[in-house]
Amino acid sequence: MPVIAIPALIRNLTDGEDSVTVEGATIREVINSLEDQYPGTKAKLCDGDRIHPSIGVYINGVLTRVAMHDPVDTDAELHFLPAISGGGGSS
Amino acid sequence: MSEKKEYKVIGTRPIRHDGVDKVTGRAIYGADFQITGLLHGRVLRSPHAHARIVSIDTSHAEAYPGVKGVVTAQDLPAAEDKMADLGEGAVNLKYLCDNILASDKVLYKGHAIAAVAATSPHIAEEACELIDVEYELLPPVLEVREAMEPDAPILHENLTTSSLGDEDDKPTNIASHLQHKKGDIEKGFDEADVVIERGFVTGTVHQGYIEPHNATAHYNQDGQLTVWCSTQGAFTVREQLAEILQYPVSKIKVVPLEIGGGFGGKINVYIKPVAALLAKKTGKPVKVLMNRADVFEGTGPTPASYITIKMGAKKDGKITAAQTSLAFEAGAYPGSPVGAGAMCVFAPYNIENVLIDGYDVVVNKPKSAPYRAPGATNAAFGTETVVDELAEELNIDPLELRLMNGAKEGDRRPDGPVYPRIGFIETLEAAKEHPHYTSANGKKYHGRGIASGFWFNIGLESSVTINVNPDGTINLVEGSTDIGGTRASIAMQAAEVLGIPAESVNPTVVDTNSIGYTAVTGGSRTTYATGYAAYEAAQDVVKQMKARAAKLWEVDEDNVQFADGEFSSINGKEEQMSFRDLSGKLSQTGGPVVGRATMDPAGAGGAFATHVVDVEVDVETGKVEILRYTATQDAGKAIHPSYVEGQIQGGVVQGIGWALNEEYIYNAEGEMTNASFLDYRMPTCLDLPMIDAVIVEVPNPGHPYGVRGVGEVPIVPPPAAIANAIYDAIGIRMTELPMSPDRLLKAMGKI
Amino acid sequence: MARKSHVQTTINDETVEFLCEPRQSLLEVLRDELHLTGAKEGCNNGNCGACSVILDGRLVNSCLVLGVETDGKSMETIEGLADPDKLHPIQDAFLENAALQCGICTPGFIMSAKALLDNNPNPTEHEVRYWLAGNLCRCTGYDKIVRAVLDAAEAT
Ligand code: FES
Ligand code: FES
Repeated sequence: MPVIAIPALIRNLTDGEDSVTVEGATIREVINSLEDQYPGTKAKLCDGDRIHPSIGVYINGVLTRVAMHDPVDTDAELHFLPAISGGGGSS
Repeated sequence: MSEKKEYKVIGTRPIRHDGVDKVTGRAIYGADFQITGLLHGRVLRSPHAHARIVSIDTSHAEAYPGVKGVVTAQDLPAAEDKMADLGEGAVNLKYLCDNILASDKVLYKGHAIAAVAATSPHIAEEACELIDVEYELLPPVLEVREAMEPDAPILHENLTTSSLGDEDDKPTNIASHLQHKKGDIEKGFDEADVVIERGFVTGTVHQGYIEPHNATAHYNQDGQLTVWCSTQGAFTVREQLAEILQYPVSKIKVVPLEIGGGFGGKINVYIKPVAALLAKKTGKPVKVLMNRADVFEGTGPTPASYITIKMGAKKDGKITAAQTSLAFEAGAYPGSPVGAGAMCVFAPYNIENVLIDGYDVVVNKPKSAPYRAPGATNAAFGTETVVDELAEELNIDPLELRLMNGAKEGDRRPDGPVYPRIGFIETLEAAKEHPHYTSANGKKYHGRGIASGFWFNIGLESSVTINVNPDGTINLVEGSTDIGGTRASIAMQAAEVLGIPAESVNPTVVDTNSIGYTAVTGGSRTTYATGYAAYEAAQDVVKQMKARAAKLWEVDEDNVQFADGEFSSINGKEEQMSFRDLSGKLSQTGGPVVGRATMDPAGAGGAFATHVVDVEVDVETGKVEILRYTATQDAGKAIHPSYVEGQIQGGVVQGIGWALNEEYIYNAEGEMTNASFLDYRMPTCLDLPMIDAVIVEVPNPGHPYGVRGVGEVPIVPPPAAIANAIYDAIGIRMTELPMSPDRLLKAMGKI
Repeated sequence: MARKSHVQTTINDETVEFLCEPRQSLLEVLRDELHLTGAKEGCNNGNCGACSVILDGRLVNSCLVLGVETDGKSMETIEGLADPDKLHPIQDAFLENAALQCGICTPGFIMSAKALLDNNPNPTEHEVRYWLAGNLCRCTGYDKIVRAVLDAAEAT
């Protein structure tokens, strides 16, 4: 089952757990499953029915632009981190 | 690692496609653009760092001969206090608009207030002086620690601290707080035999691109808005204009002209919406140019910061714990790169117990903008100095200590994600074996320092189309503005696929009506993501041309293969035809071939660098001379090695400037007192030796040729490397940037 | 507005006449009146060298010269350097050494290098660095620019 790493500042909502195993085959399902276990978490990660624009999603260590209906592998590890856009080298 | 791939084009050094235009002065940059009926715009800027605008009277300016129109914030559609998603992250619309033309308050000296369009730039400038603005002065706050104090002057009455955790509804200058936590920080420090803790201050510095911002705008009678400008991202300009002007994207065309440097500073818009407002008001095309003082005072510097770093290690060298607090100045509106700083601060090391806190803090300075690996340089100055100090305390060579603790594939980054294949260790090894590191060092007042750095790189959207010409060349159309030779590095990836020389590709950067969405040239993404799109578009061409060959040879498509620029049939008929010859037969086999691809690749692959520097300190004057500099960097795969070296050398020198000279100097009223290239001193060639750029290649699994972005990470290590070298030379730890002669003399107790 | 003056000068071996206000700099005249936009404005106060041209054999920052001062003089700008069918060796050397990234500083550097090599055909690395110290480049770190000028010296 997918694992969600819990951002440090919302671990108060997960009884201090830093990662939680969840059910679900899509981003929406895993977030809903987290919300079922730990109410209040979805509101921190989502803005309505989309990932909050200030949050970036990492799947298995890779920053991935996801939509709520995107599939999630059963062994995936998800991180929700502050979204960071690019800086500016010149290439 | 065995199996080195053989490439024909990749790894060679062709002349860049836009080269001749740029050495003959014929290339058209933003300010060079001309159009008939052009008016000239000029922006009036606030002389105060913090004030309420009581009234603005533009009547005298409007009556001045030659003036055709004056605009203020009144001419902007009323902006809602809501978040707008601009593809590059979310931005508060009111803040975005207020930074274009101040509505109720000015928040920094240089804040735009009004603008004039006139028949000449001189008239526009004179007319600006006739605009009467009445201010009610407010006390400014100019330093991040002061701004965080509970009784500090408040910039935004409705700003509260946003954090993923509990919200606070008190007005504050702390716009946000973020945190990363891994392991058990107390336990980590308990296990350590040596613990070092220090505070670091970095100054406000500017990207320093030589070309000032510029924009020419025109509204047609049918409502079509066209903006010609230099920018890092034409589509980003279009999005920002659409939000600020509340105008449909379908009615805005942004034409990117050649750009004279950006480094992150030409992503945000400043005068582009102003030019559009003036064009609308006058019915004529209007060109607005900044001068150098405008650029310093009105556009994004990179933030000053206050950083504490605490790290602990065991006697054997194992780093057991790392803790930091990063407080970054966002400038007048929220949005410093503290998130990136927090991501990068301990990223080179595999440390079990980590606690990272970041604060985004508003102060009365221009709104900060990205600058090459934004946030990472500030952070690395702290971390890499403390690592050096740990090495000294433990009596371990600083490079060995980094090798012992360096992050590898499978290690967990301090903020959580697990690393894919990365090349940090390889950069350390390359530095260790380099004749620079093995050479003697020991003369009086000479010192050697090393430091490493990390930048994560980004992917984002890119689009490419390829038109096949009958002579076997291709026209490649892309949307990434070319700041440093990317036409070449993108064209070479298509050429490699098609088995044609780089010179057979004509790359063109086009406007927003002529290509699919393409994100900014920034984040070290262009050669990676747009290059990836060029690769895929070329694969699309191959696929279509295979079908043409099958038609000609009357064989099944599956029986055509393509390798080394030759199509051939397998199974049965012996047929062969070069890409070039088949290109000449397109009209007989069904018409033109156009390949296309759009990408939004994950897997940008992080970049690491390790730098070695020798300095000499003049103990009489406090001046630091750079004697020798070597930079090793993992480029994944260098498409055009000369331009990779160029990125490394350029980044290093910007880092040297940041380390030794560059800073905004403010007086108590919050006025920048050195807003010129004379007083804000960037390195010249006389200040420098040659910069030895050593390319290490650990292919990125997230790109078909293994490319990693190279543009940003080279600026990260220099300040720390130089600080460590100064310590080696005179035994003094410098913890404040820049390490200018006066600071050195003070540290040595000479003044 | 002050009356415009009539100026006659020679630019890249062509006689050129123009009208300009007394306050207009040579850089403004070149760019706005004569549409010779190869000289760039980086600072408009003599600190970046992006506007470099050669006036009566001397390297100048055209932003610090008034248009009216050029009456009766002769100047070389980046637009006049190449032959119709062939680049100047300094231009070739810049391309071969990848001595430009964004390219905004390039015309200024090339004109400075031309003035250097006109004066001193065989400069040392230090002499090149000393001579080019009035030109700022923010992209390249100067390494490849210095090499290009040394290469060009060898080629000429
Ligand atoms: S524009 Fe003339 S020296 Fe900078
Ligand atoms: S190449 Fe960009 S400033 Fe020199």
